[in-house]
Amino acid sequence: MSTTRIVMPETARKGEVIEIRTLIRHEMETGHRRDHTGKPVPRDIVHTFTVTYAGDEVFRTELFPGVAANPYIAFTTVAVATGDLEFTWLDDQGRRTVETRRLSVT
Amino acid sequence: MTRWGATLLCLGIASVLSVSARAERPAKPQPGRDFQSAETRKLEADEAANPAYLWLEDGRRLWRHPAGAANRSCESCHGASETALTGVAARYPRVVPGTGRLVNIESRINDCRVTRQEAPAFKAESTELLGLTLLVTLRSRGMPRQVVIDGPAAPIFERGRTLWMTRQGQTNLACSQCHDDNVGKSLRGDRISQGQSDGWPAYRLEWQSLGSLHRRLRACSLGTRAEVLDYGSDDYLALELYLAWRGGSLPISSPGIRR
Amino acid sequence: MNGTRTSFDRRVVASGVAALAIAPALGSAAVADENALAKAALAKIAAGRPMQKGRVTITLPELAENGNSVGLTIAVDSPMTAGDYVKTLHVVSEKNPIAEVVKFHLSPRAGRARVSTNIRLASTQTVTAIAEMSDGTLWFGTASVIVTLAACVDGG
Repeated sequence: MSTTRIVMPETARKGEVIEIRTLIRHEMETGHRRDHTGKPVPRDIVHTFTVTYAGDEVFRTELFPGVAANPYIAFTTVAVATGDLEFTWLDDQGRRTVETRRLSVT
Repeated sequence: MTRWGATLLCLGIASVLSVSARAERPAKPQPGRDFQSAETRKLEADEAANPAYLWLEDGRRLWRHPAGAANRSCESCHGASETALTGVAARYPRVVPGTGRLVNIESRINDCRVTRQEAPAFKAESTELLGLTLLVTLRSRGMPRQVVIDGPAAPIFERGRTLWMTRQGQTNLACSQCHDDNVGKSLRGDRISQGQSDGWPAYRLEWQSLGSLHRRLRACSLGTRAEVLDYGSDDYLALELYLAWRGGSLPISSPGIRR
Repeated sequence: MNGTRTSFDRRVVASGVAALAIAPALGSAAVADENALAKAALAKIAAGRPMQKGRVTITLPELAENGNSVGLTIAVDSPMTAGDYVKTLHVVSEKNPIAEVVKFHLSPRAGRARVSTNIRLASTQTVTAIAEMSDGTLWFGTASVIVTLAACVDGG
C-alpha cells in the first residue's frame, strides 16, 4: 500500500457539496525513460482512482503517464448521508491502495 | 627555487586567495520561497496539495512504531508526534558535547535509532529518514534557526564560511558569487536565490520527491561541476552549520517546494 | 546519479519569448504534423461528433517553472442534475509523447463539475479539456503554458 493523504471535512450538511483532496506517493514511471545502461524502464503508473460513497461509485479517474508523480486529485461530492467513502488507487503492477474515511451528514 | 617552482607557488597562492571578499550574512534574509513562481509558492502553502506532506504521514506512522531489538517507538520516549521536540530542530546542527562531532537532524535520528531502538540506521534519503526528519523539523516551524557557532563549533563554522566563499569546480564559482553577489538575477529560467536553508527538507520538482539539504548541496556541487561529496560529509555538515547561521531571523518554513 | 524524473525532450525557452503554441483546429484538417498525436486523440474522443468551444474553463499557469508537475483545474458550467450533467472530462496534451493525459468520470453525485490534478508537460504547448455531456454533446476549452527549464538540471 502506498502512502496517501486525504483532506476532507469530517461532517457536512445534507445536500452540501464538499471538496475532497487526495495525494498518493507514486513515481508514475512513464515508460519513456531509459536507465543508465540504455535499457527502457517499463511503465508503472497508477492507472485508476475510484471513489465509492456508501457503496455507490461517485468518482473515477483514469490516469495516463502525463499525470505528475505523486498524483494530486481533487474533486467534489454531494453529502447525501452518513457513511464511508472508500478511495482505491490501482497501478500497473496490480498494487492496490485502499483508504476509508467516514463522513457524518446531518 | 626553479622558475617552474616559483610559478606553481604563485598559482597555488592565487587559488587559495580566490575567495570572495564577502563575510557577512545578508542584511535582509530572504526565504527560498521568494524566488519560486507564484504557483509554486501557492502549492507550498497548500497542505492538502503539497506532496511533501506524504512523507509527514510516513514520519507520523513510524513515530508510533516500536522498532529494533529494544522494541521501542519514538513515541515511548518523546511522546505524541504532534507535541514532541518543540524547538529542537531550530538548534541543529550542533556539536555533541565532548565529541567535537557536529550532528544534524538526520544523524541525530539515526543515533537514536541505533543506540536507543537498537535497530539499523536509516539510509540517506530513505522514506523513513526523510519522514522523521520532516516531522522533527516541523516541530520548529516558524522559529528562526539558533545555532551555536563558537566553542567547539567554531572551527566547523569557519570551514563552512570558507567553503561558501571559495571558488570550486570546473565553473570555478563560489557559492557567494551567485547567492550573495547576484541574488534576484536570472540564470536561464531561474531567479538566483540567497541560497537559504529555511525550506529544507523540501520537495524539489526536479526530483519529484522530498529531499534533504545534503541532496540539494550535492546538486550544487554537480551544478558547479565540482566533486559531489557523500551525504553527511564533513564539508556539507560545515556548510549546513554556516547556512543555519546565515539565515539569521528567517523562520523555518519546511517543507518548501522548489524547482 | 540518476534521479527518478521523466526524460521528456524538454525545450529551453528563452526568457521573455512568448512561444505560445496554436490550439489544434478542432473539426478542421488544418493541424500541423507535429500535433498528429493530439489530433488523433481528439478525433477518437469526438467519434464523429462536433465539439463546441465553451462551458469548459481550464486553469493552468501561464508559465510553469518545471514541466514535471503543473497544477491543472477544470471547471464546467453544468447544473450536474440527473438530466443534465458532465459524464466525462478528457485532458489532451498537444506536445506530450502520449496525447491523452487524464480522464475523469463524473455523475450528478459530484454536485459540481470541478476537478484538479497535477500534470506533466513536455514543453511549451496548449492543453485542451473536453467535456462529454449526458446528452452526448461535446464542449471544450484550451489553455497555453510556457514551460521553462531550471538553470541547474542535475539529475541528482
